[in-house]
Amino acid sequence: MKHDLLYRKKAQSLVILLILVVIAYLAMIITQFNIFQSLVSIPKAIVWSVTNFYPNASALTKIPDIWSRLQETLLISIAAASVASVFAFVFALFGSRVTEVNRILALISRFVANVFRNIDVSIWALVLLFSFGQSSLTGYFALFVASFGFLTRAFMETIDEVGADSVEALRATGASYASIVFQAVLPMSVPQLISWVLFMIETNIRSATLVGILTGSGIGFIFDLYYKGMDYHSASLVVLSIVLSILITEWISNYVRRAML
Amino acid sequence: MATLLEFRDVSKRYGNDTLALSHVSFSVNEGELVSIIGPSGAGKSTLLRCINRLIEATSGEVIFDKTNVQQLSKGKLRALRTKIGMIFQSYNLVDRLSVFENVLHGRLGYKPAFVGALGLYHESEKKQALEILKSLGLEDQVYKRCDQLSGGQKQRVGIARALVQEPRMLLADEPIASLDPSSSKTIMDHLRHISTSLGITVLVNLHQLDIALNYADRIIGVSQGKVVFDGLPSELTDETIRTIYGADSEELNLNIPESKEVARKI
Repeated sequence: MKHDLLYRKKAQSLVILLILVVIAYLAMIITQFNIFQSLVSIPKAIVWSVTNFYPNASALTKIPDIWSRLQETLLISIAAASVASVFAFVFALFGSRVTEVNRILALISRFVANVFRNIDVSIWALVLLFSFGQSSLTGYFALFVASFGFLTRAFMETIDEVGADSVEALRATGASYASIVFQAVLPMSVPQLISWVLFMIETNIRSATLVGILTGSGIGFIFDLYYKGMDYHSASLVVLSIVLSILITEWISNYVRRAML
Repeated sequence: MATLLEFRDVSKRYGNDTLALSHVSFSVNEGELVSIIGPSGAGKSTLLRCINRLIEATSGEVIFDKTNVQQLSKGKLRALRTKIGMIFQSYNLVDRLSVFENVLHGRLGYKPAFVGALGLYHESEKKQALEILKSLGLEDQVYKRCDQLSGGQKQRVGIARALVQEPRMLLADEPIASLDPSSSKTIMDHLRHISTSLGITVLVNLHQLDIALNYADRIIGVSQGKVVFDGLPSELTDETIRTIYGADSEELNLNIPESKEVARKI
């Protein structure tokens, strides 16, 4: 009987694998994607990168430009995430089942959070471009809106998960809503909240590149500039600086997380 | 003795067909320690929470100290809740705060919103909190974070938080269900002391029959949302026990005579 079960499980896995292969094959036919051609061109891409896509001496002279743009991007990413977190916390309070004030407000805030979260940051950048034009403000707003949507959702779940018991206890003492929020909900959820904000800052720095290309600001803009000007050496230096700054923020946020818990 | 709490025909319905409480009527006198017993899912927790309106009863009246609890406005309800302390099975402390802060939370009900939000307490309130912690044997734990405490210690912090409210009544929802026997005894001894020496009425949910028999002045048996017994521990017969616990009583039956004897000895 047991062998039977194992055999069935193996057969099941095999069928699933086959289905995946068939789907992939069909997709390749429909999109006219040639896997052999793409595999063959990988060495060519590597050769091109090695010969062109590396920082050379003239690229190094552009470091001050890149640095000022990078600074702008980092600051915008951090500002967008941290300001969004304040708004997100308020909406999360209204939306969480544990701390909701009333049904209607809860539904509204959940709806708003979902709308903002499910529209990608690049869409926001393009939409906001119409109202604010090509500026770093547009980039800021795009990141802000996307961060707000995501953080509201994440905070809501954190509060649901962490707050229920102590909120009940404080309600039983007759504490006011504000007291409950600041004396129970906030102390219980603060490590997770900060962790989410740090995560959001990292995500924002990554998306800032794309948003920058679209809105003509920050590190994305300067990458776009060099790339289109066929100054691949400088462009590679921009990529390098982005990777480096992401690594550093990750390292800092890991350190903060550990220090907090 | 004056009546402090009275249930008049209280029912609670969840959704359309789940009746958690059905026509519950009983009363509790000032200074009594009353134990509500019954199997899990009998509606004991719901009953307790209808008193301070953590759960709203569907129909009937809950009278606490001559006021109808159901008709209270938001502000009046807060004032009522300050007079009713509550302790929980899972302690419900703010784990990341210190013991001291958690105990002071019991004073929040007396404060306007922003004073409470900032956590500003009077010197006298802090002294009172320390005294209560001392009386519960927690003087060495005052500045520890609550997540460093054992279960029994956490529950004593819960009791301290309720006592600092200066309540007239204490509601205890399965206070010893997650504790080992020796911590359970400590907690129950404290509850007994609170009732006898401080004159605070205690209403405690228990599923352990032997402990209820040992400690309670009076026992209320609940089964499937109905009160099926209301009387002294000595009046509880094997037959009523069977009605309260239903099919589960077979296992309980074995130690009931024993525990009753123990109860008499004490």
